[in-house]
Amino acid sequence: MPLKPTWRRRAALALPLLFALLLAGCGDTSITDITHTPNMLDPKGPIALKESDLFWIILIIATAVFVIVVSVLIYSIIRYRARPDSPEPTQTHGNTRIEIAWTIAPSVVLAVVLVATITTMFQIQQPQSPNTITVNAVGHQWWWEFQYPDQHFVTADEMWVPTNTVVHINLVSNNVIHSFWVPQLTGKTDVIPGHDNQMWLQADSQGWFRGECAEFCGTQHAHMDFLVHAVSSSDYQTWVSQQQQLAAQPTDSVAQAGAKFFTTSACIGCHAINGVTTTDASRLIGPNLTHFGSRQWIAGGVVDNTPTNLAAWIRDPQTVKDGADMPAFPQLTDDQINELVAYLESLK
Amino acid sequence: MAVGSVATRSRSARRSWTQSAIGSWVTTTDHKKIGVMYIYTAFFFFLFAGVLALLIRTQLATANNTFLSPEAYDQVFTMHATIMIFLFMMPIWTGFGNYLIPLMIGARDMAFPRLNALGYWLFLVGGIILSLSFVFNSAPNAGWFSYAPLTEATPTCLTQAIGTAQQAAQAAASAAAAGGQGCFSPGANPDFWIVGLNILGIASLTGAINFVVTILRMRAPGMTINRMPLFTWMTMVTSFLLIFALPSLTVATFLLLFDRHLGTHFYQASAGGDPLLWQHLFWSFGHPEVYILILPAFGMISEILPVFSGKPIFGYTFVAWSGVAIGFLSFTVWAHHMFAVGLPPLAQAFFASSTTLIAIPTAVKIFNWVATVYGGKVRFTASMLFGLGFVSMFLIGGLNGVALAVVPFDYQVTDTYFVVSHIHYVLFGGSVMALMAGIYFWFPKMSGRMLNERLGQLQFWLFMIGLNAAFFPMHILGLLGMPRRQYTYPTGFGWEGLNLLSTIGAFTIALGVLVFLINFFWTMTKQRTMPGDPWHAFTLEWATSSPPPPENFVTVPVVRSRRPNYDLTHPDAPDWKMEH
Repeated sequence: MPLKPTWRRRAALALPLLFALLLAGCGDTSITDITHTPNMLDPKGPIALKESDLFWIILIIATAVFVIVVSVLIYSIIRYRARPDSPEPTQTHGNTRIEIAWTIAPSVVLAVVLVATITTMFQIQQPQSPNTITVNAVGHQWWWEFQYPDQHFVTADEMWVPTNTVVHINLVSNNVIHSFWVPQLTGKTDVIPGHDNQMWLQADSQGWFRGECAEFCGTQHAHMDFLVHAVSSSDYQTWVSQQQQLAAQPTDSVAQAGAKFFTTSACIGCHAINGVTTTDASRLIGPNLTHFGSRQWIAGGVVDNTPTNLAAWIRDPQTVKDGADMPAFPQLTDDQINELVAYLESLK
Repeated sequence: MAVGSVATRSRSARRSWTQSAIGSWVTTTDHKKIGVMYIYTAFFFFLFAGVLALLIRTQLATANNTFLSPEAYDQVFTMHATIMIFLFMMPIWTGFGNYLIPLMIGARDMAFPRLNALGYWLFLVGGIILSLSFVFNSAPNAGWFSYAPLTEATPTCLTQAIGTAQQAAQAAASAAAAGGQGCFSPGANPDFWIVGLNILGIASLTGAINFVVTILRMRAPGMTINRMPLFTWMTMVTSFLLIFALPSLTVATFLLLFDRHLGTHFYQASAGGDPLLWQHLFWSFGHPEVYILILPAFGMISEILPVFSGKPIFGYTFVAWSGVAIGFLSFTVWAHHMFAVGLPPLAQAFFASSTTLIAIPTAVKIFNWVATVYGGKVRFTASMLFGLGFVSMFLIGGLNGVALAVVPFDYQVTDTYFVVSHIHYVLFGGSVMALMAGIYFWFPKMSGRMLNERLGQLQFWLFMIGLNAAFFPMHILGLLGMPRRQYTYPTGFGWEGLNLLSTIGAFTIALGVLVFLINFFWTMTKQRTMPGDPWHAFTLEWATSSPPPPENFVTVPVVRSRRPNYDLTHPDAPDWKMEH
């Protein structure tokens, strides 16, 4: 029973607007310039659409049940409130026929809900579009790595996908359990060590979509967000070929100094830059930084990717993201940090 | 009684310390005194975990708040739930059951009085161990269901000394950085949780066995199973749930303990174990546990609504047997906590069906309660207000619970604030509201004093407004994409105002609790002036003095209907003449 799109869209806007904007005032300082939201009632893909459709159906049924039961309750307590002249109530012990009736009634309603549940569940198992790509989403404590196995590159914190394309996602964790969730595109699937969980999603329109880790995974569970960027097929191809390239050679002298410092310091113990350092996966603990400068966020969305934020992060990640694996480097001079920042931001 | 026999054996001619003010409580095996100790201790833990809730809500009042560090926040939210569930809700039901069941069925005491005392003292020890974790800055910090492998460690990576949270986090970080697999909680935090919970588990088990035997073997003449008060019924069902559900928790936690300290790999995927084993074992306990927390509330409401409506419960048999049905079904629904873990679709369909099925007996109960009020003579005492509040608020918890059984929608809202809203409508709107109804109802029975009704009504409204302000916005927060268990959140998604409202609601509830404490302490300073039965109540516990004598009844009562006290007060038209 799909609801009319216009009605649904209006309702989807009405609920958050009514409660959130009314109460929140004007909270509009988004973490980045790009707009994105984790609002599941504003779906942008076929799965999320079906899921939010189900919500509106359930909401209508639940509201009806609540209103009916509470109305009878309120009527009863007003109509039968004790007054000085109230007669002694009839001592009724029950009525089997009525009770059988109100056992059957909720059974019928719940059967309808169950049928809608199971049909939708099997519908969203099956992708429709013939175009597909595959991405491995790897959950770390606390950031997401995205591997494009067919295109042979890896990135972090953001995942680009072409619109109207089925994105098969292999969910990988070798640490604790995470949960992969992009509310506007799809509900969540857990990322469990030892389990080859898979999911799919599809974006019907272009835009940035907020993703979040939804299973408590330790100290910085709150900062394990990511972005899905849905773009046209040609923009996607452009992005892929850019990501496949080796790291850009820095042109200005400060960045060049940063590059030299990066390859001779502790950075390479945890981070790879394709064409500059080893890419032996077993040694890599932090994100691959080959195209770091093109990303929106640092470290699971804890801060925007700006030179100032990056400098603060390199100096002491623990003040930015308490508990992160990356240690502080108090021995670094301001110049060294500036050089590193210039280099990393040049890696577009 | 046992107290007397201990005193007789004492060789001292002077007054034995077992008769002193403190000694008489420490050595007691009287079910009423043990019940009162359970209730006081559990209520203390309610206040403790309530303060933790206020810390959570203070941290989340504004975006990007730094009131609590992430390490502290994780301990606070974990312990809020752990204490509320294991140290408040479970033991306070045991306390009420202890006090009321023997009186309700016309027994002199529980079947095993000394086992009963042991249960209380184990509960206290378990509570102290769990609380001590804060002193060592090692409070459990992985959530109340403490999923492996986040709680995992290996014997070699455990921090020898109990260190600060920062030290533990650093040790975990360095273990991860060194490529050490399977060491995510090297501190003692999960160990406190495991040890505390297992001691509490033994305490609960002793209580459950005691209730079952007492209810099946100790009933007064004429108190057939079919005439038992519904609170007795629900306590019996709850006790069976405990007996069959707790072993699963014991197994789960012991395997975790073995992993951490003996180097086994039950939940370590890298060594062939399976993290999902934990979830199956835990939720096999965890879902019956939810009913362990709510069934006694159903029982209480089924006692209180009839009294203040001046009518018997509508459909006793349906209400009793729907409780039994819920008990059985509660063992078939555990994986609805796990819809997002990647179960096969057919398994998900099964658990969606069983979860939908369990909603039917629950709906039947709600209809029966409403029908009990309908056509009655409704007295708006504080107890009745809380009872009516329970019916309407628990209804919301039932409806948003059905929403969570809608699997595709659950993919979206599981692990968000929508779920937090659901559990609080069930456990606060449900269990706590019923508990307050029970406290106002049975306080005169236990103390011989009447709590102030006006303060009770004030508390009721503070609770109703507070709980809806605190928990209703959480539905919307979940729909707007706010995951649970985040120590902070960003601006820009419409979350700020809703969180602030929720915080205001939490403090409104706290104000209600304060009103209750004032009411309690003020009432306790007054003289005992209460008649035996201030409510025109129906059940047997009101057919003796308030508070009852140590032997409960001067003569063994003979029961002829479901409402023995009604029969006594209506000799012209007793139930047993009306029944066929």
